[in-house]
Amino acid sequence: MFLTTSPIDLAALLAEARSSDGALCLFVGVVRDHNDGRATTAIQYEAYGPMAESEMGRIAEGLAREFPVVKIGMQHRVGRLGVGDASVAIAAVSPHRADAFAACRAAIDRVKTAVPIWKKEFHPDGSSDWVDPTQRT
Amino acid sequence: MRLRLLHFASFREAVGRDEEERDVPEGTRVRDLWRALAGEVALFRQFPVIPPAAVNREYVESDTVLRDGDEVAFLPPVAGG
Repeated sequence: MFLTTSPIDLAALLAEARSSDGALCLFVGVVRDHNDGRATTAIQYEAYGPMAESEMGRIAEGLAREFPVVKIGMQHRVGRLGVGDASVAIAAVSPHRADAFAACRAAIDRVKTAVPIWKKEFHPDGSSDWVDPTQRT
Repeated sequence: MRLRLLHFASFREAVGRDEEERDVPEGTRVRDLWRALAGEVALFRQFPVIPPAAVNREYVESDTVLRDGDEVAFLPPVAGG
């Protein structure tokens, strides 16, 4: 399972990805206190659960073909998160750092563009809006 | 034939529900269904092109012909991470 409603367990993710390989690259996405010039108090993440799971599986399979020596672990949290909470974590392990960095970067880029997950930002005045990365200025 | 239609995020709020059953004629394509929905939902008319669509949890092209029992979802711009 790639999606979780519980806080992301980084230690478990690292333990799962870890082996005797030489380089471990960990990316953690964290809820910011601002976005596009507005203060953020919380983010509600929503997923098309079964499709998000299968798309993340597809991303992992694609990376396994492109980076045969890399092991990847991924988790994305859904539900209401506060500032500072981890929303996504990706661990990539490889014998050498170049592949670990490249696979980790590719994984988060693909998760952001291909996986059906949405987020609604809440602001201090009580207003909220759905984030649309295609409209970002 | 009957479809199961799922709505997420801003589309869910615009439609007012997260899922519905819908009867459509045989031969209906993804883009035909979107046009029908756009006739009902103001937000959908603001989209210059059909948003990404999923049938049975897989991305599909807009000319895909729908089948009885398909689970269909039009996906607002994704924003994971």
